[in-house]
Amino acid sequence: MTTTPANRIDRLFADRSRKRFIPFITVGDPTLEATYQVIQGLAEAGADLFELGIPYSDPLADGPTIQRASQRALKNGVSIKDALQLVVRLRDSGMEAGLVLFTYVNPVFQYGIERFFADLAASGADGVVIPDLPVEESGPAVAAAQKHGVHVISLVAPTSDARIKMIGEQATGFLYCVSSLGVTGARSELRSDLTDFLARVRESTNAPTAVGFGISTPEQVRTLAPHADAVIVGSAIVREIERYESELRDPATTGEAVGKIKNFVHQLTSALQ
Amino acid sequence: MADAQKTAARVVPDERGRFGEYGGKFVPETLMNALMELEQAFEEARRDPSFREELYGLLTEYAGRPTPLTYAERLTEELGGARIYLKREDLNHTGAHKLNNALGQGLLAKRMGKKSIIAETGAGQHGVASATVAAKLGLSCQVFMGEEDIRRQSLNVFRMKLLGSEVIPAVSGSRTLKDATNEAIRHWVSHVDETFYVIGSVVGPHPYPYMVREFQKIIGEETRSQILDMLGKLPDEVIACVGGGSNAIGMFYPFIQDESVALRGVEAAGLGVDTDKHAATLTKGRPGVIHGSLTYLLQDEHGQVQEAHSISAGLDYPGIGPEHSYLKDTGRVTYAAITDAEALEAVQLLCRTEGIIPALESAHAVAEAMKRAPQMSKDQVLVICLSGRGDKDVLTIQDALAPKQEGDNQA
Repeated sequence: MTTTPANRIDRLFADRSRKRFIPFITVGDPTLEATYQVIQGLAEAGADLFELGIPYSDPLADGPTIQRASQRALKNGVSIKDALQLVVRLRDSGMEAGLVLFTYVNPVFQYGIERFFADLAASGADGVVIPDLPVEESGPAVAAAQKHGVHVISLVAPTSDARIKMIGEQATGFLYCVSSLGVTGARSELRSDLTDFLARVRESTNAPTAVGFGISTPEQVRTLAPHADAVIVGSAIVREIERYESELRDPATTGEAVGKIKNFVHQLTSALQ
Repeated sequence: MADAQKTAARVVPDERGRFGEYGGKFVPETLMNALMELEQAFEEARRDPSFREELYGLLTEYAGRPTPLTYAERLTEELGGARIYLKREDLNHTGAHKLNNALGQGLLAKRMGKKSIIAETGAGQHGVASATVAAKLGLSCQVFMGEEDIRRQSLNVFRMKLLGSEVIPAVSGSRTLKDATNEAIRHWVSHVDETFYVIGSVVGPHPYPYMVREFQKIIGEETRSQILDMLGKLPDEVIACVGGGSNAIGMFYPFIQDESVALRGVEAAGLGVDTDKHAATLTKGRPGVIHGSLTYLLQDEHGQVQEAHSISAGLDYPGIGPEHSYLKDTGRVTYAAITDAEALEAVQLLCRTEGIIPALESAHAVAEAMKRAPQMSKDQVLVICLSGRGDKDVLTIQDALAPKQEGDNQA
């Protein structure tokens, strides 16, 4: 009897022959309804797993694009609860893609660690990325996540050096490989030593690897895809959402705007295999 | 000196950088190695006699330490209670205690082979101190400062530029110290290999709260030996203002084991702790994570950081050093809050009675002393940490006092 993993991230990466695409978008940017529609559109465009950003007042790992998205979403009062409700709605609609929340650590602490992971699992989400929770501080969160069958996604950076092995050995779900120093945001050029870094990471871990931070073009996706199991694109998509903000706010033009964003993402997913 | 070393051996943060439950390293992975390298470099430096000698040389021959402990005779008479002494950090080079720490970290940066330093600043005092150290040690320096603070502290902005530093406005959020710190961290993440981040207070991820305390504890060490020389006894109470809390930790730490000495930190109550315009983190906040550290924090129910308010740019911060959170919970230090209006009263009183214009930050400590001293007996001794001079604040003070002078009573 073959067992299908219960967690959708594990299910997704059970087959590593295909490269996967992971878009990041901020929940509630510009509205919760628009986020729902964009996710449906991007799933059709080939997104395999979503990183759903919970807006934060002080997003210190994020560059200007995602900071602005956070501000727009915060004006709508979007919180962890709204993101979990969005996940429930997506699952109710039959969405099968992996869904991972992205949140800074303080909102999780205030929500309560145990309650957060219980509710995360109950909503149908598969894991969480917490960029300001390094391995040294993640013990209680990882314990709660394991209990509820979801993953705390670890990050590894080009500056991690000797830490790569330690992080790689503990990684579950997938390992988020930070492709450039600095904050999130599209970059015209990627580090020349990036493939060496990705090779070192893959040697250190059994977990699937996903590379992100600064990736914005189909060429960059094409270059990096052979060196990881998945490619993450955030700011470049958020920038498209920003471009069509007013259309996304108006129910009459939402569909058309989603179509344009979908086309943009389709170019990225087409560069993957 | 033996005494000081004995006290330093206690209440060190643990190896995870925790003061009780507070502190830690809540930062992006990109910074973790840099923090570990910093921790190691600092430990080596503080044990290295040549580093200590070089720092001591700069503190004495360049900064002008030790700063005096002044008996405030007319203030004492006016308040009619405890004998009041002022620890004169306002007489430190650049006009505040901030230089003690900036010199220490600047020397460490140089020792680590870094060519450039960055700093965040609220009132501008730490920015000026960092710019000064950069000039003195031949490092390049960029200072991140909130746009609102740039407006409030234009004189300090010019000072930093004159000293050869670049001032980079932080335009996100409330455009004050919190946002300047976010921008400095973002810059550091992007340039971590070549840049040393000189944090100006006992905040941020480990080892900063510990390292900054070690560079600032000279305030309390000097005060302790000065008062023993002058009076042959320890003070009954020591008061210091608290924003991030570096002058307070520097002053309190050498007295922590002297249980007869009451320690009192003073936060900014802004327009009042029951309004939404204050910076009274310990009085009104609850534990959360800001700038890499678990500590008391002004935040809403969802954990979004709230904007702080104080007339004093240096206290206008929604977090606080994690060691203060620990000292509050253990009860070793008590914390009070002083409003903008009370701080302005204190500025005027100190000017009138002692001929000293205090920084608005330090005026909060003076204002608390105005409440405490009359409740104490005349043979008791109260020390105020006068953390900085008020030259930078005279325009703010002028503005704030103008309506009253025109008879326009503010309710």
